[in-house]
Amino acid sequence: MTIWQKNELKLNAERIRAGIVRGVYAAKSGHPGGSLSSADIMAYLYLTEMRHNPKNPKWEDRDRFVLSKGHAAPVLYATLANAGYFAETELDNLRHTGAMLQGHPDMKHTPGVDMSTGSLGQGLSAACGIALAEKLKGTGVRVYAVLGDGECQEGQIWEAAAFAKHRELDNLCALVDNNGMQIDGTVAEVSGIEPLDIKFEAFGWNVVKTDAHDFDGIEAAYKAARECKGKPTAIIASSTKGKGVSFMENQVSWHGSAPNKEQFEQAMEEITKRIDALEKEVAK
Amino acid sequence: MADMQKKATRQSYGESLVALFPKYPNLVVLDADLAAATQTVMFKKAYPERFFDVGIAEGNLIGVAAGLAASGMIPFASTFAMFAAGRAFEQIRNSVGYPHLPVKIGATHAGISVGEDGATHQCNEDIALMRVIPGMTIINPADDTEAKQAVEAAILHNGPVYMRFGRLAAPIFNDPATYKFELGKGVLLKDGSDLTIIATGLMVWEAMTAAELLKNDGISARVINIHTIKPIDEDIILKAAADTRLIVTAEEHSIIGGLGEAVCGVVSAKNPVPVVRIGINDEYGISGPAVELLLKFGLSAANIAAKAKAAFDSKAR
Repeated sequence: MTIWQKNELKLNAERIRAGIVRGVYAAKSGHPGGSLSSADIMAYLYLTEMRHNPKNPKWEDRDRFVLSKGHAAPVLYATLANAGYFAETELDNLRHTGAMLQGHPDMKHTPGVDMSTGSLGQGLSAACGIALAEKLKGTGVRVYAVLGDGECQEGQIWEAAAFAKHRELDNLCALVDNNGMQIDGTVAEVSGIEPLDIKFEAFGWNVVKTDAHDFDGIEAAYKAARECKGKPTAIIASSTKGKGVSFMENQVSWHGSAPNKEQFEQAMEEITKRIDALEKEVAK
Repeated sequence: MADMQKKATRQSYGESLVALFPKYPNLVVLDADLAAATQTVMFKKAYPERFFDVGIAEGNLIGVAAGLAASGMIPFASTFAMFAAGRAFEQIRNSVGYPHLPVKIGATHAGISVGEDGATHQCNEDIALMRVIPGMTIINPADDTEAKQAVEAAILHNGPVYMRFGRLAAPIFNDPATYKFELGKGVLLKDGSDLTIIATGLMVWEAMTAAELLKNDGISARVINIHTIKPIDEDIILKAAADTRLIVTAEEHSIIGGLGEAVCGVVSAKNPVPVVRIGINDEYGISGPAVELLLKFGLSAANIAAKAKAAFDSKAR
């Protein structure tokens, strides 16, 4: 990856972060912490990895994305808006009565949302079903799921993990946004789920580890997933909850609460500063 | 009547999946380690490349079916009613119902006629659970003829469908040469003027027999088969309410949340008449041969006739 490409990714990730903060602030509720931790991953998926077309959201040969950790809807919406699926101003209506953007992803009403999710543990099963359908059709479509580490406490994740290996769904790649936190505390103190890499390996998956905020690592991980045949890939991506907003980083309390006006302005100032700098870099 | 042919609707289900696949190539069949019991094993043998056993994992069964449907397939997800509507309720509600995906749930071994396996496997709550899911279609066929046509109707319906099949062999009273299944339409099986018995599934033929018993007592009973419990045929129910002013419902399901309450919902809003609900009372089943259990729990022509007569007599007073 060239420095220019990396800066372009960084710039888009920061724009996505701005969209997250904008949406959650407008909603006065929602989940900024686990949205911000996935922002770099989402930027990479939608700018580099996935075949998709914002002008044709139902394009049959598009790669599919399933946000199994559906509460991180703000990062998906900010990513889709940034990609051009709908206007960024929609983010200002997030969670409002009558708005297109529901609290959790709704495939019926939001262009670019390939599966309705939100009840944890269910998205990976749906991703398996999509991957299986595409295999039956012989399309070559790939399916990308993003899971939470806390979500891996759900038994259904492991039902799906066993199924995906048994059916050799090598067109499926699940990334665990491993930010180490959930509503009631750190994952380790609530009900520890590590070692996730060894667990997925034991379920027969190809496992790759990366830093969720390092684009070289993300690129290598998705490349390894694409090259692996005969089994699905799990990317265990170590991330920082609340990444990119200083006062939200590694704070359990920012799992599911919205910033007030002052906090919103501070967050936007931090992000905007980085956007300005990156825009200058990219323009060089 | 003694020589009437019998077949369990689960067998009709398995046979129709095999018969319909050539016509509907998007069809995929899933099971959760009960293929031999749900009869999807017939499909597995005929089209192994389109059959997927997910193992004992009903949440994943429904989730995988949702994903298949999201990618244009028509998945039939099969397990016992207990584990589909019960265990996987929330997966059906959120991954299938909310996005209105065309997943067809083939739930077998519904009701008390599961028999010897006992209360843990006798699902008398599935209709109630499925009725509360917005946009869910619920079909409870009464015999082989109806079940087979219902499977095709489910395929043609663009949305989620919950299909309820039984373990016990049921008399085949609909003539395949003349019967035409219409989704959402009740079937007037026998006209009558004193009261109406509205039945579903295994209880439909019992209701027909009950009408014969009532005739001996000089009571003219109308019999309606409600195979589609949701959306329910309001017209046929309201006409029965207007014409006969007394309704008896019969279902192999809890009297809470099932056909009886669905009928009550229709008449109480538009034309209140007494409704006597016959079904499993607010209790669990027990182990025993299916036929004995049906008698013990009052799911018989004799009990339907007795309850109907008592209600008619008190109406007449």
